Amino acid sequence: MYYIDLAVTGISFGCMYAMMSVGLTLVYGLLRILHVAHAAVFALGAYVTVLVANATGSIALGFLASLIATPLFGMAIYRLLYEPLLKYRPDVPMIASVGLLILMQDAFRILFGEQGVTFRSNAFSFTTFNFAGITISAVQIAIVIAAAVVFLGLHLFTTRTRIGVGWRATVSKPQIAMSFGIDPIKVRYLNFAIGSALAAVAGGLVALLNNLVDPAIGFVVSYKALAIIVLGGLGSVRGTLVASLVLGLVEAYGTIFIGAWLDRDAIAFLALIVLLMIRPQGFTGAKTA
Amino acid sequence: MTAYEISIISIVGINVILAVSLNMISGFCGQVSLGHGAFFGAGAYAAALAMVATSSVPLAILAAILTGCLLGIIVGFASLRVRSDFLAVTTIGVNFLFIGFVRKQSWLGGEMGISGIPATGLGASGNMIMILLFACATIAFSFYISRSWMGFAFRAVGEDEGAGATLGINAGAYKLMAFGIGTALAGLAGALYTFFTQFITADAFDFIFSVMLMAMVVIGGIGSTWGVVVAAVGLTLLPEAIRFVNDYRLLVFGGLLVLVIRLAPGGLAAMVRGLVLRVRGA
Repeated sequence: MYYIDLAVTGISFGCMYAMMSVGLTLVYGLLRILHVAHAAVFALGAYVTVLVANATGSIALGFLASLIATPLFGMAIYRLLYEPLLKYRPDVPMIASVGLLILMQDAFRILFGEQGVTFRSNAFSFTTFNFAGITISAVQIAIVIAAAVVFLGLHLFTTRTRIGVGWRATVSKPQIAMSFGIDPIKVRYLNFAIGSALAAVAGGLVALLNNLVDPAIGFVVSYKALAIIVLGGLGSVRGTLVASLVLGLVEAYGTIFIGAWLDRDAIAFLALIVLLMIRPQGFTGAKTA
Repeated sequence: MTAYEISIISIVGINVILAVSLNMISGFCGQVSLGHGAFFGAGAYAAALAMVATSSVPLAILAAILTGCLLGIIVGFASLRVRSDFLAVTTIGVNFLFIGFVRKQSWLGGEMGISGIPATGLGASGNMIMILLFACATIAFSFYISRSWMGFAFRAVGEDEGAGATLGINAGAYKLMAFGIGTALAGLAGALYTFFTQFITADAFDFIFSVMLMAMVVIGGIGSTWGVVVAAVGLTLLPEAIRFVNDYRLLVFGGLLVLVIRLAPGGLAAMVRGLVLRVRGA
């Protein structure tokens, strides 16, 4: 049963990673920027969720508030930070992004304290179900369902709607998409809005899972997300989903097999470095240089 | 001098060595490394082990330089395969791997680190003078490289590898050299840090520290030795001089990093250069 419990943990973490990193891969696919500050958006989502939920007493309102606040924030990052830096080498906006993440993280620490914020009433994180000896918490189920809904929705959006098709067209051939009357700037805003909203949902769910939001919440996850999007083949949503699930499982089992000589958080980077050395073009052949 | 002043000056010297050595890799040669803390840490651990085993300062320095350089050349091979922002991600990974590995090794003291490292026998002010001498030597070396053929080749690789290749510059070899030299100096800084504190834990060499080093290089003006030295001294003293900055250190560093890249991508060096040109023109 222990191994099945690990699988449950691994899959729920994998779904969380997937929601966290899909925004990152979307931004990379469109702008070729490694949007490290995406982790700050994730943390912002978690904070807004918990603060609004505590103020109003409704967790649903918390999620709604973070779904409104984070897309605005993500679009502001694009407008104020990335757009003026697009003409430089890709590492320039990336370093600015790292700076923004560190700034935001310290700002959260100063505003809400080192210890972080907890939900005043969070029935979910203590509700567990028992299926034939396997314990699953309500939040784990919520994470898996949310990820399924999100990825299905994203798939339908990008294949069945005009806006979604225009979006994909801009990602693959910006010039031609423009000649068909698609405004590439609007697509960029859309991209940041959707990616940020997904990260915020993941942030809120992680907050529920741990029943805690502390300043470090986005930190390690952010670098893991970088590793995931490279492993998944940059710009590929499907690849990101697969890489996230694999990483979640590898971490869950890895902690018992190689946890004695390596931290859990370092596993993703070990996989990343090995992959980049063997196949610098990534799993799926996307260009990395 | 008070003990406080001696320790501050020692830390300034160590940070200057680190920032100038990172500037050789990222500034001269254009290979962005966000894992410089790992090489610093590797040097510190090597020096600590050597000191505990032999109590010999030259041996500890040698061990630190070799360890830093060796690890740097291994990571340098990554720069042959991946470029630009992906190299940055790889070096972030190296930093996390280093910390994750060291924390779990009992022979490296695990989470507790290594304590009770023998003193150098030079005393606090003797250590400080040694650190400052090494810092001056590093700065002089950086100027020497910048004016040598190697510095020219580094810049050619950093600006445009393809154009460099048409001039017969072997980009791979120079990248490895930049990594080897820069990380050897980071290892040296690690040894000096070990002599200074006599106690090390993995947390001192984390990713945040690497970002601070990159902040020094970017704020000083990437590629400019003087700019980087001024930024390293300034950013190390700033939290000591202003109480507010010490409490909100990361906020200030992150904010400066964003502002400088956004408003003056050339850093301090470019600002001063622009000012000088304007004065001359007027």
